[in-house]
Amino acid sequence: MILQALAFYLFAFVAVASGVMVISSRNPVHSVLFLILAFFNGAGLFVLMGAEFLAMILVVVYVGAVAVLFLFVVMMLDINYVEMRKGFLQYLPVGGLIGLILLVELTFVVGAWVAAPAAGTVASIPIAPPEQVHNTRALGNVIYTDYIYLFQAAGLVLLVAMVGAIVLTLRQREGVRRQSIAGQIGRKRADSIELKDVPRGSGV
Amino acid sequence: MFEIGLAHYLTVAAVLFTLGIFGIFLNRRNVIIILMAIELMLLAVNINLVAFSTHLQDLVGQVFAMFVLTVAAAEAAIGLAILVVYFRNRGSIAVEDINMMKG
Repeated sequence: MILQALAFYLFAFVAVASGVMVISSRNPVHSVLFLILAFFNGAGLFVLMGAEFLAMILVVVYVGAVAVLFLFVVMMLDINYVEMRKGFLQYLPVGGLIGLILLVELTFVVGAWVAAPAAGTVASIPIAPPEQVHNTRALGNVIYTDYIYLFQAAGLVLLVAMVGAIVLTLRQREGVRRQSIAGQIGRKRADSIELKDVPRGSGV
Repeated sequence: MFEIGLAHYLTVAAVLFTLGIFGIFLNRRNVIIILMAIELMLLAVNINLVAFSTHLQDLVGQVFAMFVLTVAAAEAAIGLAILVVYFRNRGSIAVEDINMMKG
């Protein structure tokens, strides 16, 4: 139990600290790296809560795909980041005020909030004890049966996002000589070879 | 202190969510950091969902967290694509310059 508490405090502290570094780091590359650290620690919190599959998905999807995408874009765009930091201190007071108000409100909500006594008994899909069914299998049993339409819709969302990203960033540049395979295959003999009758004794 | 319950996880999620909001206000000029702050907020939401799922012994919270993860990945991809196109057209990604619809 005490080991679990220590792990929780470690993960929570590192997650919050790296969250602070994400938004206050001077270099966006460092921000992305701290975002990766925050996601790793979020995955650790998920494991502590018994959601192992989601923890692994978080590592694979976020660290493996989204964070690398961020890193790629940050390094690809040629931006003067010193110039971008100019209004930083100007927005600090109002941002800090709004953040503080929100945090106090959330604290009040969490502090004053009481669960209904019957709330724990009305689970629509109860979690079986981990000794019987492990987390991945339990999730699979649910998403491929009860939530199959939503699961397919999630896949459709990803497909649309992929197509949209490609359509947005694809561009046809002028003046680039490319291989035109259709043109090569569609070429006829008459298009490219011309036979001339040359009279004897004179030039072409 | 050593008994980790629902309130602990909710506190961490609340702090992370507030950091996300704060980051949006703090980095008004840099869209990339704003997108990262949104990712932080979505992580906080996921921690909330999984915490309640564990507390109420209901698997639906984890299913929903998975859908949130999917939409977050799609959002990041589309957002970064828009960012790249915008940078190609304007040569800057400052939020203050984004004030008209036509390019």
